Amino acid sequence: MTDVNYIAAFIAVSALATFATRVVPFVFFHRHTEHPLIRHLGRYLPAAVMALLATVFLQSSANWQASLPGFDALSAGALVVAIHLWRGNALLSIASGTILYMAIQQSGWL
Amino acid sequence: MNQTVFKLTLPILFGYLPLGTAFGVLFATQLDYAWWIAPLMGLVIYAGAGQILAVSLLAANAGLLEVAVAMFVLNARHLFYGLSLLGQFQGAGWRKAYLIFGLTDETYSLLTSRPRTGNKANEQQLDFRITAFNQLYWVVGCALGGLLGEMVAFNSTGIEFALVALFIVLTIEQFKALGDSFPIWSGALAAGLAMLLVPPAHQLIAGIAIVTLVLLLHYRHHRNALIKTEASHD
Repeated sequence: MTDVNYIAAFIAVSALATFATRVVPFVFFHRHTEHPLIRHLGRYLPAAVMALLATVFLQSSANWQASLPGFDALSAGALVVAIHLWRGNALLSIASGTILYMAIQQSGWL
Repeated sequence: MNQTVFKLTLPILFGYLPLGTAFGVLFATQLDYAWWIAPLMGLVIYAGAGQILAVSLLAANAGLLEVAVAMFVLNARHLFYGLSLLGQFQGAGWRKAYLIFGLTDETYSLLTSRPRTGNKANEQQLDFRITAFNQLYWVVGCALGGLLGEMVAFNSTGIEFALVALFIVLTIEQFKALGDSFPIWSGALAAGLAMLLVPPAHQLIAGIAIVTLVLLLHYRHHRNALIKTEASHD
């Protein structure tokens, strides 16, 4: 597949998958979504998926061969948690963690 | 009417412009595609976390099936948004498809929390404009970021950590809303298990499969426990 075909297919698939999550409740009626299993998944799945994604990408962005293995990603991740619990401002938390990670990566002291 | 809509959506403007810009910068600095693909994605996909995840999927040249599964599951919370808007969008005609398409976290919270009058047609037109204004802010942010990332030369090494930071923030927000840490631990442990057992390219799907299974077992256990307590009351 060429680059142009790939990005076009990629965007189409992403758009369809995202739209699917939004349209499903309007297509399948209320009574189906009242099912206790659906309500159970609705309650727990989003949180579980976020934790899963955070863990997978935290692990893959860490340098485990460094003299302090994983310090780059783990310290930046801890800063995000601390700032977010303190101020509760998503952009501030994301910016501070990313800047710390970039500083560690670019200074090369690890 | 547009002035009312602008006032209502001002908080979203302050959220979407910088986040859209962050996505655009990430897109342009991490990938070799043209900058305008970033606003194009904002136009047709229109999902914050989804588009930021898309950058790392594109960088990894991920297979389309994996892209579909990852996008669907990441946005799975939207599955439950529509429920509270079923009646409100009823009879919205041609506007309904766009109202559903534009149901992001922020638009959802605005549409479900704003005061309403009895005039349904009027309210639906207002909902429609709110949705369109919000998407406009997002697309403009994506375009600004895309241009900025392409034109301004700076050392962007490590900027991809924004994705991790975003997921950490969303996890904390989910935990706050839920008040239950069980799904957080399940998700993290499922990720750990997937990382031990399968190569990096398939860890996301494997982790999602594991955690879905865990939640199904959790449901069965809960249901049985509920039936038992009910039986002991008889």
